Amino acid sequence: MTTCEDPSSCRPEQGVEFVDILEERRQGSDIGHALRTFSPSPHRGYQTVSASGLNKMVLESQYLRYVTQEVAMDTGESVDLVREEASGIIEEMSQNLQLGFIRMLGFALSKVFKRLFSHINVNPDGLNRLQQAIQESPVILMPNHRSYVDFLVLSYILFTYDLPIPVIAAGIPLMDMKMIGEIFRRSGAFFIRRSIGTDKLYWAVLSEYVKTIVKTRYAPLEFYVEGLRSRTLKSLTPKLGMMHMVLEPFFKGEVFDTLLMPISISYDRVLEESLLAHELLGVPKPKETTMGLLKARRVLEEDYGSMHVYFGTPLSVRKLSQGRVDRCQYNLIPRDLPQRPSAETQVCVNWLAQLVIRVQEGGMVLSPWSLIACLLLQDLQESHAAGTDLVKGLALDLLTQRTVWLKELALHFGARLDWPELLPDHQVMSSSMALHQSVIGYNQGCVVLLEEEGYMGAGHTKGEESVFRRAGPVLMVAAYRNQALHVFVRPAMLAVAVHATSSSRREDIYIYFRFLLDLFSNEFVFITDRFYQDFEESCSSLRECGAIQTNQQEVTSTEEGQRTMSFLRALLQPFIDTYQVVFSHLCEEGIEVFTEKQMVPALRSLATKLLLSGQLRSYETLSSDTQKNVLSTLLRLGAVTRLRAAEQSEYRVHRPAIRRLADTLACRLPPPLVQTVPDPRL
Amino acid sequence: MASNSNSSERQRIAQQRLRVITGHLLKREDPVADSGVTGTHCKAEAAGSNEAKKGTVPKKRQEIMKWNGWGYSDSKFLFNKKGQAEFTGKRYRLSGMILPSLKDWFENTFGANVKQHKSPATPSLNASALPAPNLNDAFLQDLKATGIPFSHEADDRVFRAHGHCLHEIFALREGRGFQRVPDMVTWPSCHNDVVKIVELACKHNVCVIPFGGGTSVTGALECPPEETRCIVSLDTSQMNRILWIDEKNLVARVEAGIIGQDLERLLNEGGYCTGHEPDSMEFSSLGGWVATRASGMKKNIYGNIEDLVVNIKVVTPRGVMEKSCQGPRMSTGPDIHHFILGSEGTLGVVTEVTMKIRPIPEYQKYGSVVFPNFEAGVACLREVARQRCAPASIRLMDNEQFQFGHALKPQVSSIFTNFVEGLKKFYITKFKGFDTNQLCVATLLFEGDRDKVLQHEKQVYDIAAKFGGLAAGEDNGQRGYILTFVIAYLRDLGLEYYVVAESFETSVPWDRVLDLCRNVKERIVRECKERGVQFQPLTSCRVTQTYDAGACIYFYFAFNYRGLAEPVHTYEQVERAARDEILANGGSLSHHHGVGKLRKEWMKESVSNVGLGMLRSVKDYVDPDNIFGNRNLL
Repeated sequence: MTTCEDPSSCRPEQGVEFVDILEERRQGSDIGHALRTFSPSPHRGYQTVSASGLNKMVLESQYLRYVTQEVAMDTGESVDLVREEASGIIEEMSQNLQLGFIRMLGFALSKVFKRLFSHINVNPDGLNRLQQAIQESPVILMPNHRSYVDFLVLSYILFTYDLPIPVIAAGIPLMDMKMIGEIFRRSGAFFIRRSIGTDKLYWAVLSEYVKTIVKTRYAPLEFYVEGLRSRTLKSLTPKLGMMHMVLEPFFKGEVFDTLLMPISISYDRVLEESLLAHELLGVPKPKETTMGLLKARRVLEEDYGSMHVYFGTPLSVRKLSQGRVDRCQYNLIPRDLPQRPSAETQVCVNWLAQLVIRVQEGGMVLSPWSLIACLLLQDLQESHAAGTDLVKGLALDLLTQRTVWLKELALHFGARLDWPELLPDHQVMSSSMALHQSVIGYNQGCVVLLEEEGYMGAGHTKGEESVFRRAGPVLMVAAYRNQALHVFVRPAMLAVAVHATSSSRREDIYIYFRFLLDLFSNEFVFITDRFYQDFEESCSSLRECGAIQTNQQEVTSTEEGQRTMSFLRALLQPFIDTYQVVFSHLCEEGIEVFTEKQMVPALRSLATKLLLSGQLRSYETLSSDTQKNVLSTLLRLGAVTRLRAAEQSEYRVHRPAIRRLADTLACRLPPPLVQTVPDPRL
Repeated sequence: MASNSNSSERQRIAQQRLRVITGHLLKREDPVADSGVTGTHCKAEAAGSNEAKKGTVPKKRQEIMKWNGWGYSDSKFLFNKKGQAEFTGKRYRLSGMILPSLKDWFENTFGANVKQHKSPATPSLNASALPAPNLNDAFLQDLKATGIPFSHEADDRVFRAHGHCLHEIFALREGRGFQRVPDMVTWPSCHNDVVKIVELACKHNVCVIPFGGGTSVTGALECPPEETRCIVSLDTSQMNRILWIDEKNLVARVEAGIIGQDLERLLNEGGYCTGHEPDSMEFSSLGGWVATRASGMKKNIYGNIEDLVVNIKVVTPRGVMEKSCQGPRMSTGPDIHHFILGSEGTLGVVTEVTMKIRPIPEYQKYGSVVFPNFEAGVACLREVARQRCAPASIRLMDNEQFQFGHALKPQVSSIFTNFVEGLKKFYITKFKGFDTNQLCVATLLFEGDRDKVLQHEKQVYDIAAKFGGLAAGEDNGQRGYILTFVIAYLRDLGLEYYVVAESFETSVPWDRVLDLCRNVKERIVRECKERGVQFQPLTSCRVTQTYDAGACIYFYFAFNYRGLAEPVHTYEQVERAARDEILANGGSLSHHHGVGKLRKEWMKESVSNVGLGMLRSVKDYVDPDNIFGNRNLL
């Protein structure tokens, strides 16, 4: 088995063959596919356990016995009662994977997928690697999460390729949908409550359940390391709870190794696109109900283009954690005893999670539309600034020419593009844009961003309403730009650093670069201990495309690199703007203590005001996602502190600290020399 | 009935062994006298009745033992002209027998070819290549004056330059020799001789390395290459008397150079035994057991060496250390015996030991249980330990070792016919539902008075049944124990055909036994692959001792090295990795092999800085000039 020594610096393999699994479905019979002989080869030397057997193992585990006793002591309840509670939890949680349901689902999904997508492309070599990995060690399938569609697509693909069906960690809301919940359960989903918080018993049952699946190699385990579906289509910083559970059996020597399989799912167009934008603007998300799903049938009538599912190279936890985690740490304490992971373990788990996300990003397949989205948004920002009418848009020829330029840049940075080389450029453009008629239109040879129609709700002034009408489509387009961000983000940080640093000393630029990565590490996923490597790699990328010149001491931008550098800077501008808006809001007099619920609307009205007055050009400032990221950042950097861990956390503002950040970001202050320590909290 | 045949069988073996040994004694002249070694016999301090007895080990060991392999020169495995494996000599139960399945097993397991791919050893020692001895003339003069025999001949020196680690035997076979060998060998024949030698060594600053049975597998006998002083190998083999037997307290005073088989034989004559039977007992010595914290197969009844010794007399550069009484337990600060137990020759020479003896048990019975898989077997052993009803010996062999044992099935012999027939029946009737690639076997040895043994046996088999174990006969059990005595000979066979092999051991808490076994075996397989070993390695383990809180695990590891430039180096890297894996899985650095030089690097993490400092300070006090300079352990 080939595993990459340093997967974070691995460029995605070039010339990957993708195969469209729908093609066969379009020619063959769906029912035949669903009823085919399915005999995935089992792991060698492991006995099969039934779903109920699995539950029993969990309930009878020594670990749960400890925790049950502890909980009984804490609460004063009887041990039996606590045990019953545990049994109830596992009842609610556990999956009940049945091949019959997989077949049924296979049939239904064949129908649905064929209608929704023109292609579902998978890489068979990756599936071969997966096949081999499953024979060797417990395998964790780690896809990114952009759409509800990803939920069962992996099971569908694995079924098609005769691989063991995974069990999947899902959120409780899915379970509450009538019928669907049960179907999912029988398709291998197990359900996790969203906010476990301090519920010791729940946490214990869940972690024992997950660990038992890994230890017994019951099935490949699938979970989303990002924790949630990304509303912005941008990678989310990893959630580490599940990650710890999945890795613990290896750290404790209960399995020889665990293989993490990064899987990158990319969509030309996401089903939920308009819902996402509204959520970000503060229009609440509809509750997940079966009726809602049925009503959403009309989404089935639209074309969502292609979907790419890229199966990466399995990452060996054993290899990667070597020298990072001392497995001897468990030698002197019973391994079943509940224990907080050591600091080094937490750092390592966090690092591994970041690594997986980086590898996921590397495996993404970009559609031309993602590139177009970058350019449309930048044009909007510039033209809005110039006071021109939004409707004017960007001439198609110009857009095509810029997109082709950007394509070269993206390829140079190692992106994997789904750009049909045989078609003429204008055709690629038009077919890409055709999929997204809900947000763009044509006006006299120009591509324009549409404004949203409809009434936005009471209490808005006309000005506010016009802002919101524009913001919806902007956020939707921004989501597609976000899909491409991972390609550009590190060179872009360097471009900002070069621009912001008055000297051209390499060291000064690196310090600012590091400041930016640290500041934005809740916004983009950076690998904590490889900032310097990121810097070096960004330097050489930009040097190779002629945008900068470097030597031992200096980094300077070049004349001919202006276009690249300003493109890169503009890419980050919306984020920088948003951070500054939040900073300035929190620095206003009168805010000492606030809650998130207070902050978001206050920011919305501040941003609206600024947009209307022309002081602010970035509609994305309205995105609650970014606003919340700023809050997490401030919390991490100690510029706000959490007062209570109650339901509604309150935060106290440390104005000088926030001002310092704002001033540094605006280059009014030099960046601090000390690097902040990453937060190892779970 | 079985028991009758068994005890008569035992008698037969004992008699055979005795015959063989007597044979040696008869044949033995005094070879040393011819080679210019002088010597006078020590006067026994005590009027022991066994004074006249001579040990099995002559001064010139190479006359009956292989100079470049394990054991007696006359006993070895070979593939005869028909391509069948046979074991030569007359000493063992397998001696003179044809082993028809061994070749196929050997070729299939290792991808070896006994016809085509041979890696024969250098036929004899190239004495001229050995550097001249670096003698300390003043020391030599004084030593001569004492009349203690010594030698500086090449073959004597080389024989004492090594133990039985793979790299050592490999180097001998290749004719490469060692970087540093002892400059001379001396044979004290009593405690006072040792006192004299050590005094002279201190006086003249000579390095002394005690040499007992020479069966070390930790590099403990290797001479430190950086040692510039004269190195004297202190061979204890002539201090081999039982000085007295105290039947009232059931203890015996024994000189530390005695080897296991002689000790047992001599005690047996008086109706006693020690019950201490390490697998190496044919050759290993009492002093060596003390110096390495040895463990015997039957420790469940008799205890390990630290449980058996009542008094230890040791000669150090600071003088002689000994407790003043034979109280069975004392609260007089840390037990000073424990400075010596496991000191691996770094502090001094153990000269005499008072150890417990027991009457020979009335009845002995082997047994075996087959389990559907290793997991079930471990669960059973754990339960046996929980109930504290372990027989004298209980060992659980994994599937690989089970199959290995079967490859040693002799062609036709009265003893084994029953077994083969039994096994066939066994396969047909009881093995139904057992996967022959999964099943594993526990071997048992019960000892005691007859009724109790039978009762005990029932108890153990009842427990086994709860874990799916099926009783599989006495012979099957006995075979398991034979394997451990001939395994070292088998390594020499492997070496003839590009197969290197070694064993290593650890001890580990019960709950980690399965994880450790699986992870270590897997680690070995992967390391071999990564290091370019072209053939699948053999990895096998057995749970070889049980304790209240854990078990001792013994691993075998072998691979075909054809195509490798530096097989020993590769082998060592893999073994290192395996040891790292053991430690990461909560296993100990060693259960009974010791540390020697092979595992020194892990001592600090094993016993902590302070722990190591304690050991160092003892060494600094006892031996400030590093007279006992073998550089083991610390």
